Formats: sequence, structure tokens, C-alpha cells
Amino acid sequence: MHAFATLLDRLVYTPSRNAKLALIADYFARTPDPDRGWALAALAGDLDIAIPVRRTFAQLLDGRVDPELYRLSRDYVGDTAETVALLWPESDRPEQGPPLADVIETIRTADRYAIPERLAAWLDMLDTNGRWALLKLLTGGLRVGVSARLAKQAAAQHGGKDVAEIEEVWHGLSAPYGSLFAWLDGVADVPDITGLPVFRPLMLANPLEDKDLETLDVDAFVAEWKWDGIRVQLSAANGDVRLYSRSGDDIGRAFPDIVRTITGNLVLDGELLVMRGNIIAPFNDLQQRLNRKVVSAKMLKDFPAHVRLYDILRDGDIDLREEAWHVRRKHLEAWSKTHPNPRLDLSPTVIVNDRNALKEIWNDTRTNGIEGLMLKRRESPYLAGRPKGHWFKWKRAPLTLDTVLMYAERGSGKRSSFYSDYTFGVWVTHEDADDELVPVGKAYSGFTDKELRQVDKWVRGNTLQRFGPVRSVAPGIVFEVAFDAVHRSPRHKSGVAMRFPRIHRIRWDKPVEEADRLETVMALIGETELANGDETSGQQEGEQLSLL
Amino acid sequence: MTPEQFETWLYPDETGLYCAPGAFHIDPHRATETAIVTHGHADHARPSHKHVYASPETLAIMNLRLVQQAGQHHHAMVSGEVVTMGDVDVWLAPAGHVLGSMQVVIEWQGQRAVVSGDYKRRPDPTCASFEVVPCDLFVTEATFGLPVFRHEPDDREIARLLTSVAEQPERAHLIGAYGLGKCQRLIALIRAAGHDAPIWLHGATEKMCAFYQEQGIELGELLPVAGAEKKDMAGSIVMAPPSALQDRWSRRLPDAVTCFASGWMRVRGRARQRGVELPLIISDHADWPELIQTIKETGAREVWVTHGREDALCHQITKMGKKARALALVGREDEDDSEDVAP
Repeated sequence: MHAFATLLDRLVYTPSRNAKLALIADYFARTPDPDRGWALAALAGDLDIAIPVRRTFAQLLDGRVDPELYRLSRDYVGDTAETVALLWPESDRPEQGPPLADVIETIRTADRYAIPERLAAWLDMLDTNGRWALLKLLTGGLRVGVSARLAKQAAAQHGGKDVAEIEEVWHGLSAPYGSLFAWLDGVADVPDITGLPVFRPLMLANPLEDKDLETLDVDAFVAEWKWDGIRVQLSAANGDVRLYSRSGDDIGRAFPDIVRTITGNLVLDGELLVMRGNIIAPFNDLQQRLNRKVVSAKMLKDFPAHVRLYDILRDGDIDLREEAWHVRRKHLEAWSKTHPNPRLDLSPTVIVNDRNALKEIWNDTRTNGIEGLMLKRRESPYLAGRPKGHWFKWKRAPLTLDTVLMYAERGSGKRSSFYSDYTFGVWVTHEDADDELVPVGKAYSGFTDKELRQVDKWVRGNTLQRFGPVRSVAPGIVFEVAFDAVHRSPRHKSGVAMRFPRIHRIRWDKPVEEADRLETVMALIGETELANGDETSGQQEGEQLSLL
Repeated sequence: MTPEQFETWLYPDETGLYCAPGAFHIDPHRATETAIVTHGHADHARPSHKHVYASPETLAIMNLRLVQQAGQHHHAMVSGEVVTMGDVDVWLAPAGHVLGSMQVVIEWQGQRAVVSGDYKRRPDPTCASFEVVPCDLFVTEATFGLPVFRHEPDDREIARLLTSVAEQPERAHLIGAYGLGKCQRLIALIRAAGHDAPIWLHGATEKMCAFYQEQGIELGELLPVAGAEKKDMAGSIVMAPPSALQDRWSRRLPDAVTCFASGWMRVRGRARQRGVELPLIISDHADWPELIQTIKETGAREVWVTHGREDALCHQITKMGKKARALALVGREDEDDSEDVAP
């Protein structure tokens, strides 16, 4: 445990990516199996040890820590595992603690009611850092500034391989990755993934810059609508079907209505949506289906899932990734004809012959209720990552509103103790009373660290009331907020909710009275929701839609 | 005014904590007629009071930092010497925070109130140790008033620093630390751990270090960073105010390892906010166990909490069977990491 705790501690404070890679690779070289494999799983976020966090912690703390002091500490530290690690009584003679593998084995096999006592015994023997690492491990989400990809990269560095080679086999492997390390150490062949529904690293698009548009050879590209769902990969082999998110997480369990309709050996790329008849439901509806362990029959009925296909990567034994986009597209269309499935359809391509027409279509995306346009080079192979010059995403221009800061909440992790999450509102006119602010959204991004410090300071000096980690503030700062769309929401007092809100600019100069009013926000709903209902449904009919 | 009801004669007004029968403020945040100043930090020692009562060291520090604005009339009070001001007897007792830092003891009609200023309980080679003064009312700070704050032993933190210095001989270790007190204490601790090499100083820390040396505190060989060659500082320790850590100034150092010495460093989020590579948990403020220990030892039946995380400490004091009150004083900063640069 000590070596792993030291690794995590050093990772937290190491800013440089290369230094992080070196630290992890060095740990892999010095640590025996299976400990290093479990560490890799933990760093890559693939460690599936579900302890009932809330109950376990409640049992652990009961009788040891005053609940009120715990609450205030948690509120300040911003991280449950760290709070408990810091509050735990100090051992006079801290020990190294059990090997990582023992911890994981014990947690996996122990009677869940015995876990808190087991955990308490470990906490008693470890030092502050060891306690922190242990609790972070068991609560998931290490937050040490290492992404799954960086962890894989470090494994690749340790074995002198390319990270793409690891990503290709990754989903065929499981912790503690004995076969992977044997291959990396040069004592075994590459792990065999034949016949497994593995994840193929996705091809991603670069944002289109204005200068790209001027130099783009329009004839070499085809346009597609950018649908407002989440990008997924359907991977099926030998009766096993997986639905992978963009990052390679299998979310299939939450979408049995999709998974059970797929047969054969194939890999498809598409957009996951909620669709009723021909109408795409707002993103909010899809959100109801995401992050669920079990889905009720009612959920399946009320929020029917659908995948709109963009691409095909594999069909039977044929790997199509080397082929040009237009070849894959023909293959996809042919496959689609022979495999009719009401849960799947093809995303239509948009034929565009010149730059101006392209701009016109893009300008219309807002009124058409579409997130934007994708531009794909006809000759592009399917390449992992975000290769330059092949695919572009061209998001529709955001909407903006001037809003007033109403509540600020302390952040967590790196932002603990900073008031970094902002709820903002717009004015409502009352006949007999003063104008009132009603909240319309919440955002915690779009500003610089310097602005964060300024707003934090302002919040502390202009607090009206405190509610735990939240402070209400006097109307005093105008936030120009950018967002993608507004929709009706009975859950909010204002009756509206924003999609993708972020702070666009902080208008220190603008008097709060001049911020926008609720009527203005309401007018924006009309636009987006109407469009979603009428216009897009028409476009979904045809497989190929020529706009010229 | 009722002696047993402290708030009738000792209370915060818009200038700071005011003692009515003595007609003076303690650490007022703006200019006033008569001020008793606990120590020389900028948020306690404000400019332009008419009369300033403080320890000789604090008065000297005020002269050094505020120059013309250090106050019209200085009245030096030696620790333990009783001065009568109006109807009250006042004396100072060491607070162990920084050189010259004092608690203010006020006696009026058989009641004794102690205003701690900032304090810590662990030994500090650069200042006199905190003295417990039994009292009826104890006014305490609460910078680290949460049970998550337990400062590590100083020698352990200094050992971590020196290991890192030895491991990276090509880099300089840049330590951000409060310019008055923390900086000199760190240097003294580093010397006590046997590190004899010259320590480099940012310009803003030079004057105060020289003052400490004049007061007879051994800090070893100190050199100015200004005018030094990059390569000369490789493998060595550099002291600077916290504001210099992310400043362009630090580019003149050879690939600096950013270190920050503060009690806040115990919380990872705080260290990461500052982009610190080597956090050192060393503070001049009492940690949670020290706060609780001190409150107990004073035997006070009532405790007021001036600044910091007062909610938790008030909760704990109430649990200890004492009366607790949070004093919201204006002008106090979250100490231990504010920018404190000597003029």
C-alpha cells in the first residue's frame, strides 16, 4: 500500500505529463504482479470494487468523529475520502500497510457488513497519506491528474510499445492485467482478443476555425449533421454486444433496448439519442437514461433509445478502418439495407457544392435544432484519436444572455475552498412589488483562474446568507452566459433550464439592472423547441438529403 | 457596563475590537486614537494610529514596514509589565506566533480577558513561546479551526525538503513563505537540520531577515538573488514571498521546484490551486489540537472566536461546556497564505 500511496501522492503534485509518465512507468518496473496490475486498473478508472460508500463511511465515523465537525470539515476539504483520512486519529507508529492486491481481494470477498471494521484496522495502521490513498482507492475516482489514456501510455512506455497497441486490446483484458504485463515485459505474445467485442479507439473531429473554412477544399468534403446526443460505438462479436461511450466505458447495461437488437460480428459508430417516432427528444430526455444501473420498463417506454449511425469499422472478418470514408459509407448503406432495425438509422449526408452554401446551412442549424455540422474528408481512413485535416466539427454559434450572480457554491478537488460554481438569474417584473431575480442556470467554467479568485473574493465580501457550502449574494455582478439551448423545466422556479451554460464574460462594468429579463429567455425556448418538433423530423426521412 | 457580561465592555465596533473602560482598540483595522497591536503582520499592525502600544520588537517591525505611517506615539510594553489604561490594567504575554508577538491581557473589576492575537504552541527558534494566562474570557484566533488541520512535526517537513533538495541538485527549491516570521523560522529550522549552504533571498525578504539577525537570531549565510547567476543557485534553497512563486521573477532560478510552507498545505486542493510541487505543512498558527488544548488550559468560561473557521470551533467550545461566540471582525484575511511583502 505504501508504494502505491507514495505514487499517488507524487502524481498529485507533479504537473508535467512526462514526469507523471516516468513516475508511473517506474512504479510498474519496481512493483510485482498483481499489485501493479491493480494500480493500473485504479489509475485507468477500471477498478470495479463497489463498496457502499455512504453507509461504510457512516459506520466508520460513528462514535469516532462528531457529525457536525465532520460535516464542516467535508464542506471545507471538498472530498470525502480526504476528509476522513485527515480526521482519522494518527497512529504513533505507522506501518507500510497490506499489499494493494490484499486490500482489493479482502474488499471483494469480505462480507459487506465486515468491511467497515476491516477498513478501520487498516486506517489505524497507516499514515495520513496511506489513509488517503486507501480511501481514494475504495471510493473510486482517484483524481490525481491521470487520465485512463495517460495510465495506458505509461504502461506502453514501460513496455516500449505504442499506446494504440494497448488501446486495441484493452477491452479484451481485465484487472490485474497479468497477460498485458507479460507481453510488456517481453515474456509473452500480445494478448489474443479474437472474437471479443472490444472497443476500437474512436476517430474524433477538430473544431473548425474560421481560417480553416476559407482554405477548405469543399469538394473533397462531405457534410453531416451533428446530432445532439452522445457518441457511441456498438461492438458485437460471438453473441456478446457492447455499447461503448466515447471514452470506452461500456454503457450497454443501461440500454438493453439497443443492445438486444444487435446480432453478428460488427463495429458501428453513431450517436445515441432518445427518439419518439421520427422526433429526436431533447438531450435532457437522454440524460434520464444515462448513468443507470437498471432501467425500468417505464423508462424504456417513455425514453426509447436510438442510434443514428455515422460509420462502420468492422463487418464480420473485414476491418474497414483502412478504407476511405466513401467506401465505408457505401458498406454501411448496404449493411443497413440488409439489416433493417427500427432502433438504428443512418445519419444522412448533406451534399454541399460550395462554401457559401455550406455557410448558409450552418447558419440555419440553430433554427433547425441541430447542434452543428460535421465535415468529413471523403478519402479519410478511420484513424484513432483526433488526426489533423480529416474531420471537422462546426458547432452552431451559442446563444448569450446577461444574467446576475445569485448563489455561489464552493467547488471540490482543485477548487475546494473557492466559490467556483455559480447560479445566476434574470429579472422578473412584478406588478405590485420590486423586480425579482429567478435562477435560470448554473455554470462552473468559462473563466480564468484569476477571474475565479476575483469572483471568490467578491462573493465573500457580498454574502447575504450561508447555506452550508452555498452562499447567496447581493445582486452585483453580471455574467454574460453562453449556452446552447433553453428548454422548459418544471423543476426550476423560472420554468426554464439551459443546456451547456458557461460563463462567457464577467461584466464587472455592467449595472445589474441592465441584465436580461425572463421574457427574453422565454422567447428563446420557442425558437429551439418548435424547431425540434417540426423541422428536423422532416429531414430525417431521406437517407441522403441534397440541399442544392 | 457589567464586568461579568464581557460584551458590555469589550466589543467590536467599525474600527475593531474595542475595550470601553480602557478606551483602546486591539489590532484595529483602521487608524484610531489608541491601539494595542499584538504583532507586526499587515492585517494586525495598521498604519497611522495616534498611540500605539506593543512589544518593542513589534514597534520596531512597524517602523521598518510602515516607516512614516507607523503611528505618532509608540509605547513599548515589555512582556509581563502592567500598564494602567483608563480603568483597566493591561499587560502582554508571549503568543509564540512571530518575533515580538503578544497576547493582550485585560483586567477590569475582577474579570480577566485575554485576547490571543495569532498564536501557536510548538517551539519556534525565532520567538518566545506562548504562555498560558488563566482567564475568564479568552478571545482566540481560528485560522485552522477545523479538525482536519493537524500540522506535521516541523523536523519531518524540513527533512522532506532537504531530501528533495539532495535528489535534484540541478534545480533550485523556491519556498514561498510569509515575509515576516515564517521565512525566518524556516531558515532557522533548515539550519537546525544541519543545512549550512547559503540560502538565497528574494529582495522583499532581505530587510526582515536582516532585522531578525540584528535581534540575535542566527540565520546563517544569506545571499540576495538579485544579481546572482542562475547556475550558482542550482541545488540550493531560495526564499520568496508567496506572490513570487508564479511570478516571472522565478524564471531567473534554475528550473525551480515550487514549495509552499503553510498549514493549508495539508489539504491537497489548496496545494494544487497554487501549483505547488512540494507542499510543506508548517504554520505559525495553532492547529486544531493546539486550539483545543489552549482553550482548555486557560480555564476560560467564555470563548470568542475572531477569524478563521469559527463555526467548527464554536461548536467544539460549546461541547466543552463553555459559552462560545463568533466575532466577525472586518479587515482580517485568511492568514498563512496571504501576500505579505515587506515594503
